[in-house]
Amino acid sequence: MATIKIPPVLRASVGGEKLISASGENVGDVLKDLAANHPATQDQLFSADGELNRYVNVYLNDEDVRVLDGLDTAVGEGDTLVILPAMAGGR
Amino acid sequence: MSPSGAELLREIKSRIEEIDPSKVHELVDEGVAIIDVRETEEYGAGHLPGAKHVPKSYLESRIEGVVPDRDAHIVLYCQSGNRSAWAARTLEEDLGYTNVASMTGGITLWKDRGYEVDVPRTLTAEQRERYSRHMLVPEIGMEGQQKLLDAKVLLLGAGGLGSPTALYLAAAGVGTLGIVDDDVVDLSNLQRQVIHTTDRIGTPKVDSAEQSIHAINPDVNVVKYQTRIDASNIVEIIKDYDVIVDGVDNFPTRYLLNDATVRLKIPVVSASILGFDGQLSVFKPYEGPCYRCLFREPPPAELAPSCGANGVLGVLPGTMGLLQATEVVKLIVGIGEPAIGRLLLYDALGATLTEVKVHRDPECPICSRDPEEIRDEELGVFPDYEAFCAAAG
Repeated sequence: MATIKIPPVLRASVGGEKLISASGENVGDVLKDLAANHPATQDQLFSADGELNRYVNVYLNDEDVRVLDGLDTAVGEGDTLVILPAMAGGR
Repeated sequence: MSPSGAELLREIKSRIEEIDPSKVHELVDEGVAIIDVRETEEYGAGHLPGAKHVPKSYLESRIEGVVPDRDAHIVLYCQSGNRSAWAARTLEEDLGYTNVASMTGGITLWKDRGYEVDVPRTLTAEQRERYSRHMLVPEIGMEGQQKLLDAKVLLLGAGGLGSPTALYLAAAGVGTLGIVDDDVVDLSNLQRQVIHTTDRIGTPKVDSAEQSIHAINPDVNVVKYQTRIDASNIVEIIKDYDVIVDGVDNFPTRYLLNDATVRLKIPVVSASILGFDGQLSVFKPYEGPCYRCLFREPPPAELAPSCGANGVLGVLPGTMGLLQATEVVKLIVGIGEPAIGRLLLYDALGATLTEVKVHRDPECPICSRDPEEIRDEELGVFPDYEAFCAAAG
Protein backbone atom coordinates (compact mmCIF):
# COMPACT_ATOMS: atom_id res chain seq x y z
CA MET A 1 0.00 0.00 0.00
CA ALA A 2 1.18 3.51 -0.79
CA THR A 3 0.07 6.62 1.02
CA ILE A 4 -1.46 9.46 -0.97
CA LYS A 5 -1.39 13.02 0.37
CA ILE A 6 -4.65 14.67 -0.61
CA PRO A 7 -4.52 18.43 -1.31
CA PRO A 8 -7.12 20.77 0.21
CA VAL A 9 -9.16 21.14 -2.98
CA LEU A 10 -9.64 17.37 -3.29
CA ARG A 11 -10.39 16.59 0.33
CA ALA A 12 -14.14 17.06 -0.09
CA SER A 13 -14.00 14.29 -2.70
CA VAL A 14 -12.45 11.81 -0.26
CA GLY A 15 -14.57 12.45 2.82
CA GLY A 16 -12.27 15.11 4.23
CA GLU A 17 -9.24 12.84 4.62
CA LYS A 18 -5.69 14.20 4.25
CA LEU A 19 -4.04 10.82 3.80
CA ILE A 20 -5.48 7.89 1.84
CA SER A 21 -3.92 4.47 1.43
CA ALA A 22 -4.21 2.93 -2.01
CA SER A 23 -2.71 -0.08 -3.71
CA GLY A 24 -1.09 -0.60 -7.08
CA GLU A 25 2.17 -1.48 -8.75
CA ASN A 26 2.64 1.89 -10.36
CA VAL A 27 1.49 5.50 -10.05
CA GLY A 28 -1.37 5.05 -12.51
CA ASP A 29 -2.72 1.99 -10.70
CA VAL A 30 -2.49 3.64 -7.29
CA LEU A 31 -4.38 6.69 -8.54
CA LYS A 32 -6.97 4.47 -10.27
CA ASP A 33 -7.45 2.65 -6.98
CA LEU A 34 -8.02 6.02 -5.32
CA ALA A 35 -10.52 6.99 -8.02
CA ALA A 36 -12.30 3.62 -7.75
CA ASN A 37 -12.86 4.14 -4.02
CA HIS A 38 -13.55 7.86 -4.35
CA PRO A 39 -15.21 8.36 -7.75
CA ALA A 40 -15.41 12.14 -7.34
CA THR A 41 -11.65 12.30 -7.83
CA GLN A 42 -11.71 10.58 -11.24
CA ASP A 43 -12.39 13.65 -13.38
CA GLN A 44 -10.19 15.83 -11.24
CA LEU A 45 -7.17 13.60 -11.75
CA PHE A 46 -7.65 12.13 -15.21
CA SER A 47 -8.60 13.52 -18.57
CA ALA A 48 -11.07 11.70 -20.79
CA ASP A 49 -8.25 9.78 -22.48
CA GLY A 50 -6.95 8.45 -19.16
CA GLU A 51 -3.94 10.73 -18.90
CA LEU A 52 -3.11 12.76 -15.83
CA ASN A 53 -4.62 16.23 -16.15
CA ARG A 54 -1.97 18.80 -17.01
CA TYR A 55 -2.93 21.03 -14.08
CA VAL A 56 -2.32 18.26 -11.55
CA ASN A 57 1.19 17.42 -10.47
CA VAL A 58 1.93 14.08 -8.84
CA TYR A 59 5.12 13.45 -6.92
CA LEU A 60 6.51 10.09 -5.89
CA ASN A 61 8.01 11.06 -2.57
CA ASP A 62 9.69 14.34 -3.62
CA GLU A 63 10.07 13.74 -7.37
CA ASP A 64 7.67 14.79 -10.12
CA VAL A 65 6.45 11.59 -11.81
CA ARG A 66 6.62 13.38 -15.18
CA VAL A 67 10.42 13.26 -14.98
CA LEU A 68 10.23 9.60 -13.92
CA ASP A 69 8.07 7.22 -15.94
CA GLY A 70 4.80 9.11 -15.56
CA LEU A 71 1.85 6.91 -14.67
CA ASP A 72 4.05 3.84 -15.25
CA THR A 73 6.46 4.82 -12.46
CA ALA A 74 6.80 1.88 -10.08
CA VAL A 75 5.48 2.44 -6.56
CA GLY A 76 6.88 0.52 -3.62
CA GLU A 77 5.54 -0.27 -0.18
CA GLY A 78 5.86 2.76 2.03
CA ASP A 79 6.14 5.25 -0.83
CA THR A 80 4.19 8.48 -0.59
CA LEU A 81 2.38 10.08 -3.52
CA VAL A 82 1.74 13.81 -3.28
CA ILE A 83 -1.09 15.14 -5.44
CA LEU A 84 -0.67 18.83 -6.07
CA PRO A 85 -3.01 21.07 -8.01
CA ALA A 86 -2.11 24.76 -8.25
CA MET A 87 -3.29 27.07 -5.47
CA ALA A 88 -3.64 30.84 -5.77
CA GLY A 89 -4.99 32.21 -2.50
CA GLY A 90 -3.09 35.16 -1.11
CA ARG A 91 -5.44 37.38 0.74
CA MET B 1 61.69 38.17 32.28
CA SER B 2 58.65 38.48 30.05
CA PRO B 3 59.34 40.04 26.65
CA SER B 4 58.12 43.56 25.95
CA GLY B 5 55.22 44.04 23.56
CA ALA B 6 57.61 45.15 20.82
CA GLU B 7 59.83 42.13 21.31
CA LEU B 8 56.87 39.78 21.25
CA LEU B 9 55.57 41.40 18.04
CA ARG B 10 58.98 40.96 16.38
CA GLU B 11 59.00 37.34 17.47
CA ILE B 12 55.49 36.77 16.11
CA LYS B 13 56.35 38.43 12.80
CA SER B 14 59.24 36.00 12.47
CA ARG B 15 56.82 33.08 12.84
CA ILE B 16 54.07 34.17 10.44
CA GLU B 17 54.15 34.88 6.74
CA GLU B 18 54.25 38.55 5.77
CA ILE B 19 53.32 39.61 2.29
CA ASP B 20 54.01 42.84 0.43
CA PRO B 21 51.10 44.97 -0.86
CA SER B 22 52.34 44.49 -4.44
CA LYS B 23 51.86 40.74 -4.05
CA VAL B 24 48.44 41.22 -2.45
CA HIS B 25 47.48 43.46 -5.37
CA GLU B 26 48.21 40.55 -7.71
CA LEU B 27 46.13 38.20 -5.58
CA VAL B 28 43.01 40.40 -5.38
CA ASP B 29 41.36 38.79 -8.39
CA GLU B 30 42.49 35.26 -7.60
CA GLY B 31 39.95 34.31 -4.96
CA VAL B 32 42.11 35.01 -1.94
CA ALA B 33 40.15 36.02 1.17
CA ILE B 34 41.26 39.52 2.18
CA ILE B 35 40.27 40.38 5.73
CA ASP B 36 40.39 43.85 7.27
CA VAL B 37 40.93 43.40 11.03
CA ARG B 38 40.65 47.07 12.00
CA GLU B 39 37.82 48.76 13.90
CA THR B 40 34.52 49.63 12.23
CA GLU B 41 35.32 53.34 11.88
CA GLU B 42 38.66 52.58 10.21
CA TYR B 43 37.07 50.11 7.80
CA GLY B 44 34.36 52.65 7.03
CA ALA B 45 36.95 55.24 6.07
CA GLY B 46 38.22 53.03 3.25
CA HIS B 47 39.35 49.45 2.68
CA LEU B 48 40.94 47.20 0.09
CA PRO B 49 38.55 46.30 -2.75
CA GLY B 50 36.66 43.13 -1.90
CA ALA B 51 37.96 43.00 1.66
CA LYS B 52 35.72 41.50 4.33
CA HIS B 53 35.59 43.16 7.71
CA VAL B 54 36.33 41.09 10.81
CA PRO B 55 37.56 43.33 13.65
CA LYS B 56 40.50 41.84 15.53
CA SER B 57 38.50 41.95 18.75
CA TYR B 58 35.89 39.61 17.22
CA LEU B 59 38.32 37.50 15.19
CA GLU B 60 37.92 34.23 17.05
CA SER B 61 34.12 34.33 17.07
CA ARG B 62 33.45 35.62 13.54
CA ILE B 63 36.16 34.38 11.21
CA GLU B 64 34.48 31.00 10.65
CA GLY B 65 31.35 32.75 9.41
CA VAL B 66 33.41 34.61 6.82
CA VAL B 67 36.01 31.97 5.91
CA PRO B 68 34.82 28.51 6.94
CA ASP B 69 37.58 26.65 5.05
CA ARG B 70 40.63 26.21 7.27
CA ASP B 71 42.84 25.74 4.21
CA ALA B 72 41.66 28.85 2.36
CA HIS B 73 44.28 31.41 1.37
CA ILE B 74 43.76 34.37 3.70
CA VAL B 75 45.46 37.76 3.70
CA LEU B 76 44.94 39.89 6.81
CA TYR B 77 45.68 43.59 6.97
CA CYS B 78 45.28 46.50 9.35
CA GLN B 79 46.53 50.08 9.33
CA SER B 80 50.27 49.44 9.50
CA GLY B 81 50.78 45.67 9.69
CA ASN B 82 50.98 45.05 13.43
CA ARG B 83 47.45 44.14 14.45
CA SER B 84 47.18 41.88 11.40
CA ALA B 85 50.35 40.08 12.52
CA TRP B 86 48.79 39.30 15.88
CA ALA B 87 45.63 38.22 14.12
CA ALA B 88 47.56 35.95 11.73
CA ARG B 89 49.18 34.24 14.68
CA THR B 90 45.74 33.67 16.27
CA LEU B 91 44.31 32.18 13.08
CA GLU B 92 47.23 29.83 12.56
CA GLU B 93 48.14 28.81 16.07
CA ASP B 94 44.81 28.94 17.87
CA LEU B 95 42.23 28.27 15.14
CA GLY B 96 44.13 25.94 12.81
CA TYR B 97 44.08 28.00 9.60
CA THR B 98 46.92 26.78 7.40
CA ASN B 99 47.49 29.46 4.77
CA VAL B 100 47.44 32.90 6.40
CA ALA B 101 49.54 35.95 5.64
CA SER B 102 49.70 39.46 7.09
CA MET B 103 50.14 42.38 4.69
CA THR B 104 53.29 44.35 5.41
CA GLY B 105 52.73 48.01 6.19
CA GLY B 106 48.94 47.66 6.22
CA ILE B 107 46.60 49.84 4.22
CA THR B 108 48.97 52.80 4.75
CA LEU B 109 51.65 51.19 2.59
CA TRP B 110 48.97 49.93 0.18
CA LYS B 111 47.81 53.51 -0.38
CA ASP B 112 51.41 54.78 -0.61
CA ARG B 113 51.90 52.38 -3.48
CA GLY B 114 48.96 54.03 -5.24
CA TYR B 115 46.59 51.09 -5.13
CA GLU B 116 42.83 51.53 -5.15
CA VAL B 117 40.80 51.86 -1.95
CA ASP B 118 37.05 51.35 -1.67
CA VAL B 119 35.38 53.97 0.45
CA PRO B 120 32.04 52.47 1.43
CA ARG B 121 29.05 54.65 1.89
CA THR B 122 28.61 54.93 5.59
CA LEU B 123 25.46 54.46 7.55
CA THR B 124 24.24 57.17 9.85
CA ALA B 125 24.61 56.60 13.58
CA GLU B 126 20.86 56.00 13.72
CA GLN B 127 21.08 53.39 10.95
CA ARG B 128 24.02 51.66 12.62
CA GLU B 129 21.95 51.34 15.76
CA ARG B 130 18.75 50.33 13.96
CA TYR B 131 20.46 47.60 11.94
CA SER B 132 23.02 46.59 14.58
CA ARG B 133 21.64 43.05 14.85
CA HIS B 134 22.18 42.61 11.10
CA MET B 135 25.74 43.93 11.45
CA LEU B 136 26.44 41.21 13.99
CA VAL B 137 25.47 38.47 11.53
CA PRO B 138 28.59 37.84 9.42
CA GLU B 139 26.52 36.72 6.41
CA ILE B 140 24.81 40.14 6.33
CA GLY B 141 27.03 42.74 7.99
CA MET B 142 27.58 46.21 6.57
CA GLU B 143 27.79 44.96 2.99
CA GLY B 144 24.52 43.05 3.20
CA GLN B 145 22.77 45.93 4.89
CA GLN B 146 23.88 48.27 2.11
CA LYS B 147 22.42 45.83 -0.41
CA LEU B 148 19.13 45.84 1.49
CA LEU B 149 19.10 49.64 1.63
CA ASP B 150 19.72 49.77 -2.11
CA ALA B 151 17.13 47.12 -2.94
CA LYS B 152 13.77 47.70 -4.60
CA VAL B 153 11.13 45.11 -3.79
CA LEU B 154 7.62 45.07 -5.22
CA LEU B 155 4.77 43.54 -3.24
CA LEU B 156 1.78 42.40 -5.26
CA GLY B 157 -1.00 42.75 -2.74
CA ALA B 158 -1.06 44.31 0.71
CA GLY B 159 -3.28 41.55 2.00
CA GLY B 160 -2.69 38.39 3.97
CA LEU B 161 0.73 37.54 2.58
CA GLY B 162 1.81 41.08 1.75
CA SER B 163 1.12 42.41 5.26
CA PRO B 164 3.78 40.52 7.23
CA THR B 165 6.19 40.58 4.29
CA ALA B 166 5.99 44.36 4.00
CA LEU B 167 6.41 44.92 7.74
CA TYR B 168 9.49 42.74 8.05
CA LEU B 169 11.12 43.95 4.85
CA ALA B 170 10.58 47.52 6.04
CA ALA B 171 12.08 46.65 9.41
CA ALA B 172 15.02 44.97 7.68
CA GLY B 173 15.77 48.20 5.85
CA VAL B 174 14.78 47.38 2.28
CA GLY B 175 15.18 50.80 0.72
CA THR B 176 12.22 50.86 -1.64
CA LEU B 177 8.98 48.96 -1.20
CA GLY B 178 6.46 49.14 -4.02
CA ILE B 179 2.92 48.05 -3.17
CA VAL B 180 0.24 47.19 -5.71
CA ASP B 181 -3.29 46.94 -4.32
CA ASP B 182 -6.54 48.54 -5.45
CA ASP B 183 -8.56 47.53 -2.41
CA VAL B 184 -9.58 49.35 0.78
CA VAL B 185 -9.24 48.01 4.31
CA ASP B 186 -12.24 45.97 5.40
CA LEU B 187 -13.09 44.72 8.88
CA SER B 188 -12.90 41.11 7.68
CA ASN B 189 -9.26 41.68 6.62
CA LEU B 190 -8.07 42.37 10.13
CA GLN B 191 -8.14 38.72 11.28
CA ARG B 192 -4.85 38.30 9.37
CA GLN B 193 -3.76 41.45 7.49
CA VAL B 194 -1.65 42.81 10.33
CA ILE B 195 -0.30 45.83 8.48
CA HIS B 196 -3.76 47.43 8.66
CA THR B 197 -5.63 48.70 11.72
CA THR B 198 -9.21 49.05 12.88
CA ASP B 199 -9.18 52.82 12.62
CA ARG B 200 -8.15 52.60 8.96
CA ILE B 201 -11.19 50.62 7.77
CA GLY B 202 -12.23 52.15 4.47
CA THR B 203 -8.75 53.54 3.79
CA PRO B 204 -6.97 52.39 0.62
CA LYS B 205 -4.69 49.51 1.54
CA VAL B 206 -1.68 51.14 -0.10
CA ASP B 207 -2.11 54.19 2.15
CA SER B 208 -2.68 52.11 5.27
CA ALA B 209 0.36 49.96 4.48
CA GLU B 210 2.48 53.06 3.92
CA GLN B 211 1.52 54.41 7.36
CA SER B 212 2.53 51.19 9.10
CA ILE B 213 5.75 50.91 7.13
CA HIS B 214 6.77 54.45 7.99
CA ALA B 215 5.81 53.91 11.63
CA ILE B 216 8.32 51.06 11.85
CA ASN B 217 10.96 52.54 9.54
CA PRO B 218 10.60 56.09 8.21
CA ASP B 219 13.55 55.65 5.85
CA VAL B 220 11.73 53.27 3.54
CA ASN B 221 10.67 54.79 0.25
CA VAL B 222 7.12 53.52 -0.34
CA VAL B 223 5.85 53.58 -3.91
CA LYS B 224 2.09 53.10 -4.09
CA TYR B 225 0.16 51.64 -7.01
CA GLN B 226 -3.55 51.77 -6.23
CA THR B 227 -4.53 49.67 -9.18
CA ARG B 228 -5.02 46.11 -10.34
CA ILE B 229 -2.12 44.71 -12.25
CA ASP B 230 -3.01 43.66 -15.78
CA ALA B 231 -1.41 43.10 -19.15
CA SER B 232 -1.56 46.80 -19.98
CA ASN B 233 0.39 48.05 -16.95
CA ILE B 234 2.47 45.14 -15.66
CA VAL B 235 5.71 45.79 -17.53
CA GLU B 236 5.72 49.48 -16.66
CA ILE B 237 5.08 48.76 -12.96
CA ILE B 238 7.53 45.91 -12.39
CA LYS B 239 10.44 46.72 -14.68
CA ASP B 240 12.67 48.56 -12.20
CA TYR B 241 12.32 46.19 -9.26
CA ASP B 242 14.95 43.70 -8.08
CA VAL B 243 12.59 41.15 -6.53
CA ILE B 244 8.84 40.69 -6.68
CA VAL B 245 6.77 39.17 -3.89
CA ASP B 246 3.76 37.38 -5.29
CA GLY B 247 0.86 37.25 -2.91
CA VAL B 248 -1.90 37.61 -5.47
CA ASP B 249 -5.15 35.79 -5.02
CA ASN B 250 -5.94 34.62 -8.52
CA PHE B 251 -4.51 32.47 -11.28
CA PRO B 252 -4.73 34.89 -14.21
CA THR B 253 -2.50 37.41 -12.46
CA ARG B 254 -0.05 34.70 -11.38
CA TYR B 255 0.42 33.58 -14.97
CA LEU B 256 0.65 37.16 -16.20
CA LEU B 257 3.23 37.96 -13.55
CA ASN B 258 5.20 34.84 -14.40
CA ASP B 259 5.38 35.62 -18.09
CA ALA B 260 6.36 39.25 -17.58
CA THR B 261 9.01 38.48 -14.96
CA VAL B 262 10.57 35.78 -17.11
CA ARG B 263 10.85 38.27 -19.94
CA LEU B 264 12.38 40.89 -17.65
CA LYS B 265 14.43 38.30 -15.71
CA ILE B 266 13.15 39.42 -12.30
CA PRO B 267 13.00 36.78 -9.56
CA VAL B 268 9.63 36.15 -7.91
CA VAL B 269 9.12 34.85 -4.40
CA SER B 270 5.75 33.17 -4.63
CA ALA B 271 3.42 31.84 -1.98
CA SER B 272 -0.20 30.82 -1.77
CA ILE B 273 -2.50 29.88 1.07
CA LEU B 274 -5.79 28.07 1.52
CA GLY B 275 -7.37 26.88 4.73
CA PHE B 276 -4.50 25.43 6.72
CA ASP B 277 -2.18 24.83 3.78
CA GLY B 278 0.53 26.98 2.25
CA GLN B 279 2.90 26.66 -0.70
CA LEU B 280 6.11 28.56 -1.34
CA SER B 281 8.72 28.65 -4.08
CA VAL B 282 11.22 31.03 -5.64
CA PHE B 283 11.05 31.44 -9.41
CA LYS B 284 14.33 32.84 -10.68
CA PRO B 285 14.10 33.10 -14.46
CA TYR B 286 16.56 30.96 -16.40
CA GLU B 287 18.28 29.71 -13.24
CA GLY B 288 15.34 27.59 -12.17
CA PRO B 289 11.85 26.67 -13.31
CA CYS B 290 9.10 29.25 -13.78
CA TYR B 291 5.50 29.07 -12.59
CA ARG B 292 4.42 27.60 -15.93
CA CYS B 293 7.03 24.84 -15.55
CA LEU B 294 5.39 23.97 -12.25
CA PHE B 295 1.78 24.37 -13.36
CA ARG B 296 1.57 24.42 -17.13
CA GLU B 297 -2.16 25.07 -17.02
CA PRO B 298 -4.47 26.54 -14.42
CA PRO B 299 -6.99 24.12 -12.97
CA PRO B 300 -10.57 24.33 -14.21
CA ALA B 301 -12.63 26.90 -12.36
CA GLU B 302 -14.40 24.38 -10.12
CA LEU B 303 -11.01 23.29 -8.74
CA ALA B 304 -9.68 26.80 -8.36
CA PRO B 305 -11.02 28.21 -5.14
CA SER B 306 -9.49 31.60 -5.76
CA CYS B 307 -12.32 33.64 -7.13
CA GLY B 308 -14.40 34.44 -4.09
CA ALA B 309 -13.86 34.54 -0.37
CA ASN B 310 -12.24 31.46 1.09
CA GLY B 311 -11.49 30.52 4.61
CA VAL B 312 -7.94 30.72 5.86
CA LEU B 313 -6.38 30.34 9.28
CA GLY B 314 -5.46 33.91 10.22
CA VAL B 315 -1.94 32.97 11.28
CA LEU B 316 -1.16 31.08 8.07
CA PRO B 317 -0.46 34.07 5.80
CA GLY B 318 1.86 35.27 8.56
CA THR B 319 3.82 32.04 8.43
CA MET B 320 3.98 31.95 4.64
CA GLY B 321 4.52 35.70 4.25
CA LEU B 322 7.52 35.59 6.54
CA LEU B 323 8.97 32.64 4.67
CA GLN B 324 8.64 34.89 1.61
CA ALA B 325 10.32 37.81 3.39
CA THR B 326 13.18 35.51 4.37
CA GLU B 327 13.66 34.40 0.77
CA VAL B 328 13.63 38.03 -0.38
CA VAL B 329 16.38 38.98 2.06
CA LYS B 330 18.44 35.95 0.98
CA LEU B 331 18.09 36.88 -2.70
CA ILE B 332 19.07 40.51 -2.08
CA VAL B 333 22.03 39.78 0.17
CA GLY B 334 23.06 36.74 -1.89
CA ILE B 335 23.23 34.19 0.90
CA GLY B 336 21.94 30.70 1.59
CA GLU B 337 20.02 28.44 -0.73
CA PRO B 338 16.84 30.12 -1.95
CA ALA B 339 13.91 27.79 -2.64
CA ILE B 340 14.65 27.73 -6.39
CA GLY B 341 13.51 24.50 -8.04
CA ARG B 342 11.77 23.43 -4.86
CA LEU B 343 8.20 23.80 -3.68
CA LEU B 344 7.64 23.85 0.06
CA LEU B 345 4.27 22.61 1.27
CA TYR B 346 3.32 23.67 4.76
CA ASP B 347 0.47 21.90 6.55
CA ALA B 348 -0.37 23.95 9.60
CA LEU B 349 -2.73 21.38 11.12
CA GLY B 350 -0.22 18.57 10.85
CA ALA B 351 2.73 20.90 11.61
CA THR B 352 4.59 19.36 8.67
CA LEU B 353 6.74 20.83 5.93
CA THR B 354 7.03 18.75 2.77
CA GLU B 355 9.36 19.58 -0.10
CA VAL B 356 9.01 18.50 -3.70
CA LYS B 357 11.34 19.14 -6.61
CA VAL B 358 10.36 21.45 -9.46
CA HIS B 359 12.21 21.10 -12.75
CA ARG B 360 12.59 23.43 -15.67
CA ASP B 361 10.30 22.18 -18.38
CA PRO B 362 12.23 21.98 -21.66
CA GLU B 363 8.89 22.52 -23.41
CA CYS B 364 7.76 25.41 -21.20
CA PRO B 365 5.81 27.81 -23.42
CA ILE B 366 7.57 30.77 -21.80
CA CYS B 367 10.94 30.11 -20.21
CA SER B 368 12.18 27.61 -22.78
CA ARG B 369 12.61 30.63 -25.08
CA ASP B 370 14.85 33.68 -25.03
CA PRO B 371 13.29 36.60 -23.18
CA GLU B 372 13.35 38.87 -26.21
CA GLU B 373 11.20 36.33 -28.10
CA ILE B 374 8.34 36.68 -25.60
CA ARG B 375 5.92 39.16 -27.16
CA ASP B 376 3.58 41.55 -25.36
CA GLU B 377 0.47 39.76 -26.53
CA GLU B 378 1.74 36.48 -25.08
CA LEU B 379 1.98 37.78 -21.54
CA GLY B 380 -0.48 36.10 -19.25
CA VAL B 381 -2.36 34.22 -21.93
CA PHE B 382 -5.15 32.73 -19.91
CA PRO B 383 -8.84 31.96 -20.08
CA ASP B 384 -10.91 35.12 -19.70
CA TYR B 385 -10.90 36.05 -16.01
CA GLU B 386 -14.54 36.99 -15.64
CA ALA B 387 -15.61 33.85 -17.46
CA PHE B 388 -13.16 31.81 -15.42
CA CYS B 389 -14.62 32.93 -12.13
CA ALA B 390 -18.21 32.92 -13.34
CA ALA B 391 -17.77 29.24 -14.20
CA ALA B 392 -16.69 28.59 -10.63
CA GLY B 393 -20.10 29.76 -9.48
